[in-house]
Amino acid sequence: MNQNSDSEGAAISVRDLRRRFGRQQVLDGVNLNCPRGQITTIVGPSGCGKTVLLKHLNLLLRPDSGVIVIDNVEVTALRSRAQNEVREKFGMLFQAGALFDSMSVFDNVAFPLVELTNLSRDEIAARVEETLKAVGLQGMENKFPSEMSGGMQKRAALARALIRRPKILMLDEPTTGLDPTRTHQIHELVRHTQQQFDLTAVMVSHDVPAVFEFSDRVAFMHRGRTALNGTVAEVMAAKHETFTQFLEGRASGIDEPLAAAAR
Amino acid sequence: MSIVSSIERLGAWVIDGLTSLGDFVIFLAAALIYALRPPYKVRLLIRQLRGIGADSFFLVGLIGLFTGMVLGLQGYNTLSRFGSEGALGTVVALVLVRELGPVLAALMVAARAGSAMAAEIGSMQATEQIDALSVMAINPVQYLVSPRVLAGVISFPLLTTLFDVIGIWGGWAVGVGLMGAPNGAFFNGIAQNMSGHDIATGMYKALVFGLVVMWVCCYKGYHAQRMATGVSRATTSAVVLSSVLILISDYFLTSILL
Repeated sequence: MNQNSDSEGAAISVRDLRRRFGRQQVLDGVNLNCPRGQITTIVGPSGCGKTVLLKHLNLLLRPDSGVIVIDNVEVTALRSRAQNEVREKFGMLFQAGALFDSMSVFDNVAFPLVELTNLSRDEIAARVEETLKAVGLQGMENKFPSEMSGGMQKRAALARALIRRPKILMLDEPTTGLDPTRTHQIHELVRHTQQQFDLTAVMVSHDVPAVFEFSDRVAFMHRGRTALNGTVAEVMAAKHETFTQFLEGRASGIDEPLAAAAR
Repeated sequence: MSIVSSIERLGAWVIDGLTSLGDFVIFLAAALIYALRPPYKVRLLIRQLRGIGADSFFLVGLIGLFTGMVLGLQGYNTLSRFGSEGALGTVVALVLVRELGPVLAALMVAARAGSAMAAEIGSMQATEQIDALSVMAINPVQYLVSPRVLAGVISFPLLTTLFDVIGIWGGWAVGVGLMGAPNGAFFNGIAQNMSGHDIATGMYKALVFGLVVMWVCCYKGYHAQRMATGVSRATTSAVVLSSVLILISDYFLTSILL
């Protein structure tokens, strides 16, 4: 592992995170480092706990045990007001965009500024215009989410996530439901905005191996643990058996009952 | 099935029930606390006052009119058997103000605005819009639930008043205008026999029903399961539960306030 895996330099670091839902141990000792200014992608088979992990990182869920440090703040035990201070540091792109469907694109993107800052109308309008331009949606201010394609909704949602100029961007399967061309465009856009706004990005994705092209680091989750965690080259070189099977789309080892059924 | 496992099941059922009851109460407490805490969402409150209150005016007025007309008809028919048509105004007004006004107005608003509210909040839950609010450091209960509960508590007494006034007028139009009950006695009876306490009883009920309907409908929407049937189920159970709670709490309120 390289020096960036020290938790000192990391924007987000997770130690031994555990969470149980009913009888199911969904997170069973997750360790993760997301160094500043890099894109870390979390991959793994469906149901491995990727999305649940992300919901712990954005403080929607609390773990049973373990430590999450975001920008040098231990967040697992924070009360709601202190949680909100941490949340101001990050933007989040949800799987389906989660745009407010009662509002226009402009109002959606402006929403965090209108609700949480004292900026004037003109300042907000200027910031929205600039951000929409960054995601390639200039001129679409007055559209409603229902009038836009899935890819455009994701762009608008990305603009909303970026509007407060966060340090950290979290993305939950940003390319689900998009065709390969749109997927590629969104990947490029994420890379581009990450560089433009100097972001630390954490992404959950199904798009292997396409997603490796523009990720700096990869964490492979399997049965609630991070089986692999390192740079793309390190992870590819590790020759981890389950990871290789996952990449090749073979079921054995990933999901034993399924594999048994297939035999 | 062994005795132990059936006892276990009963225990799990009781614990589940108590947990959701606790959630239900905490939900209202949070909504009320956040309603009092800045930042005050005046714009959102006004929008909800419009959705729950102003947009229900016509429907509530219409139901009030026909309820009053039926009371005029039935009341006249019954009272004339005892030769006491003069009491028609008193009967119509007291029945409306104390009982039918608050209850029927609340049932109508639960069906109209409550169901829409449960569906709206439910689909926001299903599409992660509520999570998006949380992640943006905006409290979803303060943003979505508090203005609705507040708007309910403000609009229900107003809608009930509208219902009562139009209802009494409807009763007068049928009882006096159509059936020929004495006009003077109609209004005299109301003036002499309806006390401030009667009116207050109706208003207290409207306040409580407003709280209950908004509480139930927001809670059901907020806890909708994240799928299409989850939203439809939430909408149905919001209307059914709020109607049942209106009628149950009406009995207890009446017995306390009588």
